[in-house]
Amino acid sequence: MTELLTFMMGEYAAEIPVDRYYAKNHMWAQSSETGFKFGFGAYAVRLLQDVYFLDWSLDAPALLKQGQMIGSIESKKAESDLFAPMAGKLTQFNERLMEDPSGINVDKYGAGWLFEIENETISDASMAGLLDPQQYLEHLGDVWEVTQRTIKGQVNG
Amino acid sequence: MGKRIAVVISQGQSQNPKKRQLEEDLVTKLMFEAGLDVTVVPHLYDLKPDGTGILALRGIKGDFVICSWLYDRAARWILDRAGVEGHEGTSLLESSADEEDEEFEEELEEDDKDRVIQSRDLPARKIYCLDLRSHDSVEPYVDEIQRIAQETAVSTVDLMGWIQGKPTENQLQQYLSEPATESGAQTEQTQPPASPDQSESQVVRVEEQSGRRWYPVIDYSRCTNCMECIDFCLFGVYGVDKIDTILVEQPDNCRKGCPACSRVCPENAIIFPQHKTPAIAGAADLAASLKIDLSKLFGAPEEGKSAVDMAVLERDEQLQLAGRDAVGESVGLVKKTEGDSSEPKDKLDNLLDELDSFDL
Repeated sequence: MTELLTFMMGEYAAEIPVDRYYAKNHMWAQSSETGFKFGFGAYAVRLLQDVYFLDWSLDAPALLKQGQMIGSIESKKAESDLFAPMAGKLTQFNERLMEDPSGINVDKYGAGWLFEIENETISDASMAGLLDPQQYLEHLGDVWEVTQRTIKGQVNG
Repeated sequence: MGKRIAVVISQGQSQNPKKRQLEEDLVTKLMFEAGLDVTVVPHLYDLKPDGTGILALRGIKGDFVICSWLYDRAARWILDRAGVEGHEGTSLLESSADEEDEEFEEELEEDDKDRVIQSRDLPARKIYCLDLRSHDSVEPYVDEIQRIAQETAVSTVDLMGWIQGKPTENQLQQYLSEPATESGAQTEQTQPPASPDQSESQVVRVEEQSGRRWYPVIDYSRCTNCMECIDFCLFGVYGVDKIDTILVEQPDNCRKGCPACSRVCPENAIIFPQHKTPAIAGAADLAASLKIDLSKLFGAPEEGKSAVDMAVLERDEQLQLAGRDAVGESVGLVKKTEGDSSEPKDKLDNLLDELDSFDL
């Protein structure tokens, strides 16, 4: 991880390593031989803060549609359902996180990865609907407003 | 304190340090109380059928209190399914949000449908379910447990002849001695007890290696035995007992994450305690979660479907995951599809609509 882009979430600088791709749901993706390994990017982890609980609603291997609900997460500040960032065959979840999900906070871009999805029909990241770091940075610019509104709205509401 | 009463603490699944701390603080506080039998078990919902945890709970014969990270209804009916039956003890541990809940319950009880519970013969003891999410500190729980211990001590004397046989000397002594009426009394100041036997609280910790489970739990105080769930579910989860009452016969056939039968239940009687939607997880009221829901930011599809539409989609998804064909609305929805499609929404629909409107 030599190069980084950064996105300012208010005071906080979310680091975006350029050695990988990104999904619009704020997961990073690194291509492997047969597919992609996914994890939470800095933007997501910053919103969540300390992760307390991670649960997958299916067992690997499983065929996924893009956007299918696959699990849920609870953190100090938030909770969310989790959705498949791309279609394909989910081959494995990171078992270490099932014991201790705080691995997501400790090493989000490394040992804190979430799962792997294989898809033989998708040969490159743009086919999978993934963004390159620059595109993702622009995407963050687009969604940051809504993100802030969501957080404030829900906290006050 | 009154007679000995059992207190069960069901641990959370989450590693949330605040939750762990609350559990342990509660155990510590209760150890200083007189006459409590404290049992700590792993998460109630995940306990294996006939595992050590469930066996320990079945071994509790009298009234007891269970503190869990579950809605009261969920805890009570999970126990019921596990063969730990009893009447509902009324907990006074209510946060302000629960006031609406009472109104809502009244609404549900206004009609005169026959509920399964009316035909059930429950053992003459009370089970009090306390939701550990109601308060951040242990004091309200300790106070409530003290109150319950007194309440049950009184009723034990009234009913003692047929519940527990003759009172032991200890029980009599405890009943006749001055009750500690002050709620919130410092537990450290509890009077030294007359005999060590009756005073020392015992803590038993039950360990059980159990994975996370997922299955429906039926609230028989709501269920009318209408059989919509057994018609709708295509995974063989439901069955009927000897007298044709619906039951969750094969809980582990249930498809992880799928709450579809709960959505088609006209009485909102099916609970999935781990579902994120409070109405499905057993909330009696519409109290929303206190945490921020980031689902929309993390890729949740836009909602706006009816409960039955969602149930059909969820079921098809599970059928396909299991390598079977999707059936859409063609199976198990006879009453709904043949009837007038403009039929008024049921309570669950309304409930879900209201929940949707809570989201942004």
